[in-house]
Amino acid sequence: MHAMNVVVCVKQIPDPAAPPALDPGTHTLDRSGKLILDDSDAYGVEMALQLADAAGGGEVTLVSMAPNGEVSGLRTALAMGAAKAILVSDDALAGSDALSTAKVLAAAVRRAEPDLVLAATESTDGYTGTTPVQMAELLGMPSVTFAKKVEIADGTVKVERQTEAGYDEVTCPLPAVVTVTAGVVEPRYPSFKGIMAAKSKPVDTLTVADLGLDPSEVGATGSRQEITSVTEAEARQAGEIVTDEGDGAERIVQFLEQLKVI
Amino acid sequence: MTRASIWVLAEVVDGTPITTSLELLTHARSLASTVEAVAWGAETAAAAATLGEYGATTVHDVGDLAGALPGVPVAAAIAALVEGGAAPDAILFPATYDGRDVAGRLSARLDLPVLTNVVGLDEEGDALSSTHAIFGGTHNVVARFTGSGPALFVVRAKSFAAEPSGGAPAAVVAAPAPDTGATNAARVVARHVEERSGPKLDEADVVVSGGRGLGEKDAYAMIEELAGLLHGAAGASRAIVDAGWVPYSHQVGQTGKTVKPTVYLACGISGATQHMVGMKNSKNIVAINKDQDAPIFSVADLGIVGDVHKVVPKLIEALKARA
Repeated sequence: MHAMNVVVCVKQIPDPAAPPALDPGTHTLDRSGKLILDDSDAYGVEMALQLADAAGGGEVTLVSMAPNGEVSGLRTALAMGAAKAILVSDDALAGSDALSTAKVLAAAVRRAEPDLVLAATESTDGYTGTTPVQMAELLGMPSVTFAKKVEIADGTVKVERQTEAGYDEVTCPLPAVVTVTAGVVEPRYPSFKGIMAAKSKPVDTLTVADLGLDPSEVGATGSRQEITSVTEAEARQAGEIVTDEGDGAERIVQFLEQLKVI
Repeated sequence: MTRASIWVLAEVVDGTPITTSLELLTHARSLASTVEAVAWGAETAAAAATLGEYGATTVHDVGDLAGALPGVPVAAAIAALVEGGAAPDAILFPATYDGRDVAGRLSARLDLPVLTNVVGLDEEGDALSSTHAIFGGTHNVVARFTGSGPALFVVRAKSFAAEPSGGAPAAVVAAPAPDTGATNAARVVARHVEERSGPKLDEADVVVSGGRGLGEKDAYAMIEELAGLLHGAAGASRAIVDAGWVPYSHQVGQTGKTVKPTVYLACGISGATQHMVGMKNSKNIVAINKDQDAPIFSVADLGIVGDVHKVVPKLIEALKARA
């Protein structure tokens, strides 16, 4: 049995339940308020805890990039059972795109010397879905995306990878980057004990300079892209909303007849 | 038309390019004087006629990947072409599992930013500007690159129509991947196709989808029955796919299929952003949901505030009576 050190990349995002807002200057998502752990990342954290447990030892380290030294989302994942966290927070990172973010995460992940790096397939707020693979390329690691089942045996990760038609069985030697879909495991709820313990777990906060990155490679400058306009999409014409009084099915039949679908 | 050349990543399945790649070739024709494709696998030659018919003059063939996942080797092959001086003005990738992998790998390899979730691509002066739907499709943002180098865009399915140009078969040119060592170590050891009957979800004229409001896994059977009666396909929200009620291949939404049927019938689906992005451009939307405040009603042409367990069985009965 070989202890497994797993890094989970987690994102702290504005509460998706609150109406989102764009920064009027840059048109990027307003992240100035309180941030929480992206729900999508709870699956990776749970998976990491289970894999470390199955390996009979090892640590789960969180890696995150967030403005203003934000740790509330990290505390949630630490309360689930992760051992420690690396947080990269720096004003120079504002406006970072997926590739800039990947550069930062890769530099931070490298410090943890993981056997396995987990991430969500995409974040809930930005959903570009390329950051983990960009990071894997920068780390020189193989990657398997869209894992719906993950197992580790003899230094190899076995993944059921979602495809358009079904799924593929994929094997990959470690270290590797794996992105997990929601539903891959059922995330645990932090216990009271876990929440209390999380308060004293170490969070190593780093800047861009600490990681040895050039500030021009990251943030708005490093992103080399800009948003030129934001407009309201053409709204669909309001439909007819009726309460079912036993005639709901009939209404649908009439509608389908009008469309000549039946 | 100020662009000399655009490349399109052509995913080939069973000898046929996927529809999204044909959509991208079609749109690329209106933006650049030369359109070329990049493909991999053992069947590129078989796909060359169709790729040519949709506008590709050349297909760069990475060849058989011997079980490797495409991300690393295909990106390395494209990077080698770009670094060898053949750089196009832009490269378009379909927003598929493999398309995203190749785009991400290539972006990092060439140190070029990538724009994803593109739903529109237009000429704006010398540059291309991309349109992205945000906030569940209520707003559009327009973005553009400010640096140099090929512009990388990952484009969602059905953003453009696929129309043949009647071009000659594309010339197949070998573009083997350079050695990428341990990075290229992920291997597909088995493929599983989850069979489904009836038309394909993303091509069906009618799609009937079920969501959490069905309450339990077994209730999905009535969604399949209703879809069958309407000669349509059965879809699902991410919630019930995640819950393990139905396979991922049924998922409609951001991380699933994008559908634009004549009729989309949403049963017990609240209308999370994740789902709306995949179906809100359906021509007609019918929604059945208990909660009158469910966001799905904001896009419904006909909304029935009611219990799916009552409305759907009645609907099935009525359709059977007509048959």
